[in-house]
Amino acid sequence: MYQYSEQDHQLLLERVSQFRGQVDRRLKGELSEEEFKHQRLRNGLYLQLHAYMLRVAIPYGLLSSEQMRTLAHIARKYDKGYGHFSTRQNIQYNWPKLEDVPDILDDLAKVEMHAIQTSGNCIRNTTSDPLAGVARDEIEDPRPYCELIRQWSTFHPEFNFLPRKFKIAVSGATHDRAAVAVHDIGLRLVKSDSSEETGFEVYVGGGLGRTPMLGKVIRAFLPKQDMLTYLEAILRVYNMLGRRDNIYKARIKILVHETGEEKFRELVEAEWEKIKAGGLFLRDEDFNWVKGFFNDPAYEAIPDNDVDFENLMLNNAEFARWVDKNIELHKQSGYRIVYLSLKTAHQPPGDVTADQMDAIADLADKYSLGHIRTTHRQNLVLSDVQLKDLPALWEELKALDLATPNYNHVTDIISCPGLDYCALATARSIPISQAITARFDDYDFINDLGDVSINISGCINACGHHHVANIGILGVNKKGTEVYQLTLGGSAREDAAIGKIIGPAFEADEIVDAVGKVLAVYLESREEPEETFLMTYRRLGQAPFKERLYG
Amino acid sequence: MDNYIKDRKVDSDGWMPFTGLEDGSSLPTGDIYVPVEEWLNAREALLTRNGRLGVALRNTDDPAIIKDDLDRLDLVVLEFPKMADGRAFTQARLLRERYGFKGEIRATGDVLYDQLFYMQRCGVNGFELRDDQNASHSLKAFDEMTVTYQPASDEELPLWRRQK
Ligand code: HEM
Ligand code: SF4
Repeated sequence: MYQYSEQDHQLLLERVSQFRGQVDRRLKGELSEEEFKHQRLRNGLYLQLHAYMLRVAIPYGLLSSEQMRTLAHIARKYDKGYGHFSTRQNIQYNWPKLEDVPDILDDLAKVEMHAIQTSGNCIRNTTSDPLAGVARDEIEDPRPYCELIRQWSTFHPEFNFLPRKFKIAVSGATHDRAAVAVHDIGLRLVKSDSSEETGFEVYVGGGLGRTPMLGKVIRAFLPKQDMLTYLEAILRVYNMLGRRDNIYKARIKILVHETGEEKFRELVEAEWEKIKAGGLFLRDEDFNWVKGFFNDPAYEAIPDNDVDFENLMLNNAEFARWVDKNIELHKQSGYRIVYLSLKTAHQPPGDVTADQMDAIADLADKYSLGHIRTTHRQNLVLSDVQLKDLPALWEELKALDLATPNYNHVTDIISCPGLDYCALATARSIPISQAITARFDDYDFINDLGDVSINISGCINACGHHHVANIGILGVNKKGTEVYQLTLGGSAREDAAIGKIIGPAFEADEIVDAVGKVLAVYLESREEPEETFLMTYRRLGQAPFKERLYG
Repeated sequence: MDNYIKDRKVDSDGWMPFTGLEDGSSLPTGDIYVPVEEWLNAREALLTRNGRLGVALRNTDDPAIIKDDLDRLDLVVLEFPKMADGRAFTQARLLRERYGFKGEIRATGDVLYDQLFYMQRCGVNGFELRDDQNASHSLKAFDEMTVTYQPASDEELPLWRRQK
């Protein structure tokens, strides 16, 4: 994990006292709410329906147990005892008081955390693969690159007042667990044709919101040494040419679309030519320095089997289910990756209580080398668990209600806060996700359905990523009632796709049935159990689903 | 007193904006700055004057349009029409870093306390603060942060290369 230098610490302390000054000026009336807004947003502080909301960054999704305990402490002391893990490796607190926020930031700074640039029209927290460094399909660990991007983008003086927010994601594996295609810039680590060099496939102009678009490949291979100069060139073109006349047309996706991919590429390459040899060019020394923070932990040389584990697999169906659904293979023999499901019928998706956070920190120390990761689908990961420890870990997770066997399955729903918290919402989303979870909460059914995703957003801003779910649900307000539009066929992975609206919207009390019908059509139509929902949908198109829903 | 900061000191502003070229009015003496199109149209006439010259860019202009003129100019005025409109940050860096401008780069418009640090890093050294800002109080803003990660007009190298 990256270790802060004295200067990194200094920067956080200066930032906290600067923000304390801004809050002070606001409370004294020296700053108008409008001007304070620009400042607080650059520090992750939104004004919500009932209160402020504070979004804290978890750079590329990596947390130490000590950091997790601080998050628990903040939830307990300044909030109502819980926090909400978002789809972009942040945690959100829904109830902080404005005057407490500087103290919260102080507490965070002690454990090398902050809320810098977690909102506002600037470069946001860079996100990555939650399995970075442990995945079997990894080409190279993306975290050193993420850390370089974090430093480059933090308080970048030129790009702090962009036309619109700017999100970057980096994936280092063949499977995309970071949704790079729906980011303003997505970087996918690849090997060059000669296979000797590592570099990036560069996607620009992805994003959801009211005009969902997938990123375009602006460069098929960018040598890794050029990563930051190239990012700087893209951002510079965007800062000068991105639209500022209409907030809905201000994201880089619209600039790429309106300029045309070819012309946009030319603009970026022309700017890049002028700066590629500058101070941001990355040398071997720079990589060696930053990679030094992400060396493999001291794994034990252990066999990839364990008698107690295997016995329990045979004798305890519940344990076997959990292993089947929530455990993934590790690059290291004898180790496993464990998903902690934050999706039960009793909690909004992504919510974790302070007590759970503390307990998870303890489990990380006991079983997983003291680290926790957060995922795009709003779950947590213990990345380095020994096979022999799985039975004990399972017992403890069950007691914490974190062992629902549903990772990447139908009840593993992404949902935004919706009308329960959000000032922009047009409909509720959490109650819908809970109703769906309650309806389909049957292991055999979930297992039979296999890999399928449901995402829910409470308005067109699409924080719940409904466009890129296999089954997407968008809440809208139609003449005073909340109704729900159904979108089918999206994907946020390496086969990324924007889903299509299937037909007229459903009332709140019809939407769960509608989802049920869609799932039934799939189960009846698939050619074999291995054919996933998405494969079936792609083979058959909308017709049979439409027929069942509206016929 | 002008609400004006130059090179981190509260200062008085000796420059006059001038836009009357088209009506054929005679050129004033002293230090003046003109909109960029007047400069491009009447370069020769402007250069016959005594007194220093400046040019004001719109924030949609590519600073390249004056790159060959910069050694004859002492001031380039940039606009921040709204706080949220950050195009002039890029213009300032290009003027300083790419085109080597040594004169004053001045920020005008919504020039507010919390942006001064970023403007300075991009090469701005003249600040026409908005009327409601207090120039002497604002001097603190330049030193609120002392650590910077990335290269800009004030640093050629990123932090990770400066330490070693
Ligand atoms: C409750 C307070 C929230 C507010 C006011 C809010 C507001 C917004 C708005 C206005 C947008 C659209 C921006 C645009 O398209 O330019 C957006 C996008 C987004 N939000 Fe939120 N959001 C909130 C909570 C969340 C939460 C809890 C999550 C994660 C679960 C989230 C994740 C996202 C993501 C990933 C996008 C990007 C979609 C895209 O690429 O356009 N937001 N949000
Ligand atoms: S999608 Fe809409 S309702 Fe949901 S959090 Fe975002 S802005 Fe709020």
